[in-house]
Amino acid sequence: MSDDKITHENGGADHVGKNVNAQHPTPMLDELESGPWPSFVTGLKRLRDAGDKQYAPMMNDLLGQLEHSYEERLGYWKGGTVSVFGYGGGVIPRFSEVASQYPASKEFHTLRVQPPAGMHYDTDILRKLCDIWERHGSGLIAFHGQSGDIMFQGCTTENVQKAFDELNEVGFDLGGAGPALRTSMSCVGHARCEMSCYDEVKAHRSVINEFLDEMHRPALPYKFKFKFSGCGNDCVNAVHRADFAVIGTWRDDMKVNQEEVKAYVAEAGRKYTIDHVIAMCPTRALSLNDDDTLDVDNKSCVRCMHCINVMNKALAPGDDRGASILMGGKRALKVGDLMGTMIIPFIKLESDEDYENLVALARRMLEFFADNALEHERVGETMDRIGLPAFLEAVGIEPDPNMVNHPRTSCYVRTDDFTDEAEKYFERKAREAGLNIAAE
Amino acid sequence: MNTAVQLRRPNETGVPDPFQYMHPLMIKNYGAWAWHDRPRPGVLHHVAKNGDEIWTVRAGTQRQMDVFTIRKLCDIADQFAEGHVRFTTRSNIEFMVSAAEKVQPLIDALQGAGFPIGGTGNSVSMISHTQGWLHCDIPGTDASGVVKSLMDMMYQEFITEEMPNRTRITTSCCQINCGGQGDISINVQYTKPPKINHDLVSKVCERPAVVARCPVAAIRPAMVEGKPSLEVDEQKCVCCGACYPPCPPMQINGADSTKIAIWVGGKHSNARSKPTFHKLVVANLPNNPPRWPEVEEAVKTILYAYKEHGRDFERLGEWIDRIGWPRFFEVTGFAFTKHHLDTWTGARKTMNMSAHVHF
Repeated sequence: MSDDKITHENGGADHVGKNVNAQHPTPMLDELESGPWPSFVTGLKRLRDAGDKQYAPMMNDLLGQLEHSYEERLGYWKGGTVSVFGYGGGVIPRFSEVASQYPASKEFHTLRVQPPAGMHYDTDILRKLCDIWERHGSGLIAFHGQSGDIMFQGCTTENVQKAFDELNEVGFDLGGAGPALRTSMSCVGHARCEMSCYDEVKAHRSVINEFLDEMHRPALPYKFKFKFSGCGNDCVNAVHRADFAVIGTWRDDMKVNQEEVKAYVAEAGRKYTIDHVIAMCPTRALSLNDDDTLDVDNKSCVRCMHCINVMNKALAPGDDRGASILMGGKRALKVGDLMGTMIIPFIKLESDEDYENLVALARRMLEFFADNALEHERVGETMDRIGLPAFLEAVGIEPDPNMVNHPRTSCYVRTDDFTDEAEKYFERKAREAGLNIAAE
Repeated sequence: MNTAVQLRRPNETGVPDPFQYMHPLMIKNYGAWAWHDRPRPGVLHHVAKNGDEIWTVRAGTQRQMDVFTIRKLCDIADQFAEGHVRFTTRSNIEFMVSAAEKVQPLIDALQGAGFPIGGTGNSVSMISHTQGWLHCDIPGTDASGVVKSLMDMMYQEFITEEMPNRTRITTSCCQINCGGQGDISINVQYTKPPKINHDLVSKVCERPAVVARCPVAAIRPAMVEGKPSLEVDEQKCVCCGACYPPCPPMQINGADSTKIAIWVGGKHSNARSKPTFHKLVVANLPNNPPRWPEVEEAVKTILYAYKEHGRDFERLGEWIDRIGWPRFFEVTGFAFTKHHLDTWTGARKTMNMSAHVHF
């Protein structure tokens, strides 16, 4: 596809690295330099005006093409194929359709690079990343893209390998693109959050680093995303945007410091506490006692996080911690929006073995997806196409009432083996309760 | 082979270990934090179970940063903080310090360099957005420009905490909606079927794959002027643009036909209500660079109606759930049309199957 010209132009092949154009006027973009918010245009101009830097001509033409887009209200990039030795993905190729007018930015590829879990950096590594990108790229970096990648935006085909080699030498690796395991994200979690219910760094790195082959050599039916949030606040948007969302939760009672509850009520007032904490509990699991202590009906609590958010000094998640796994979140294409669906209500995440179980579960889901999804189908669509019962059977998970808002409303179902299935349920319940099963 | 350049094999290091970059207090108290408060907008104060304290100053960035901006942030981190930073999901940068007295000089330095302090608690945080004309191969509009315009307009709401609850805004430059769900989402909405360049289709596109992409089965293989190509049943076409990425000769964008729609009520947090998708408010706003004034005006209307009428801790969608859609359209002054009625799979589930009405 990269050889096909959508618009017919002479590519201006020999101009890369030479400033053949005077500075392009950018009257429309100039208007985005005023106002209080930091301006990306001012940043682009700093790169354009960086004197003898190798990227200055590229950024002049980039600004010229962007201004052209603003004038014409159309985009002028097309894709193609560019990668690095040993990998099949991770670079987003961009070739200009108006290269004859803007030759220095005729190739403007992006390297998608995986961030450290939790997006922590020190200034030393940030400066190293800047230096590398100044040598080989455009000098423009986005922290971060919507999948979590550091996006090193703007690189010639020739320099992609050089830039990657140096990034790789300082400990960074390409992320996902195309029909592959994608770059992942995790919230700040354990590093600086009292709500965190599992070690997000460990989960994120254990899972993703186990399946790098699926990321770097795309061979899946379509993209597959993992995201890791430490609690139901879901700060990395896992439920909407991940095929496999890991959302922290707990199984036992939430922790209540009654003295701190009283202190909160004393400060916020009774009416405010009742209106904004008690009444906002989605399952009416809270009640304020006459002495300003809190009654919690933990059996009714759904771990929504609201009361803990509001009274974080008084309330905290319980001690028996782990995560819920929701699968199949995605945006519109092709069947319409799908929200991640509860598949595993609780997976314990504490010991090393627990994290190995999480990785094993991830492997099972990835294998199911690779074996059963149609071309360009997300796993949520596969689940919809075959139905949840068939999906659960394929991945060896038993049905659980936490998976549904309510049982079926349609009577169009064959229930020949209902009694056998009910038997299995009671046996499972008995086993969970530690009883011996006669048949065993 | 003897003259071939020896290519370097990649070292598949995967996700970098963050502990080598993390603030020492975060490493020390990893998994052992007790509570936090917000001394002022843009500043978080976390206390660990052992009494250790850490202060975080959050600043907005333009996301697409030149190396000079990043180095400036590093200079500030070295001089006024302790050399460790992190980024939030919405491209804000956070500086961690171990003493309360370091907070104000750090704020002064950041503000002096033009970085707004805020984005915490019940503020409007930075808009999560897409690539737009700067880098995408299929964009209907720019992303960074729309975001810059909107953040200029909402600047006060970023640096203060005066909204009913956190307000998460997203923009997307095509209907794929990489920007995601949001309390308010500003998304490209195509309004015309693709214009097909039949000379190029058979050369560029894998035709069966393109046919398979269409959600409404409106694309058929066809011979056009003696060439193998594709045709679109324009009656069926919902103008989603799904055929355009795999087949660029099926141009979905038009300078005038690419419009912008605004959606509200998306939420991914589980707090109080379950996560929700955003819903349509207004479509057909003009794609009007460099400042998109019509979009700005519509967003402003919604934002300030919510600010005025929402109760503490109600997210935008939860506010609407309480007051009802009729009242929402009334207080914001937008039209309710047949296009607000869902027609896709599961549409019935979006209808009011009751006698509950708002007057």
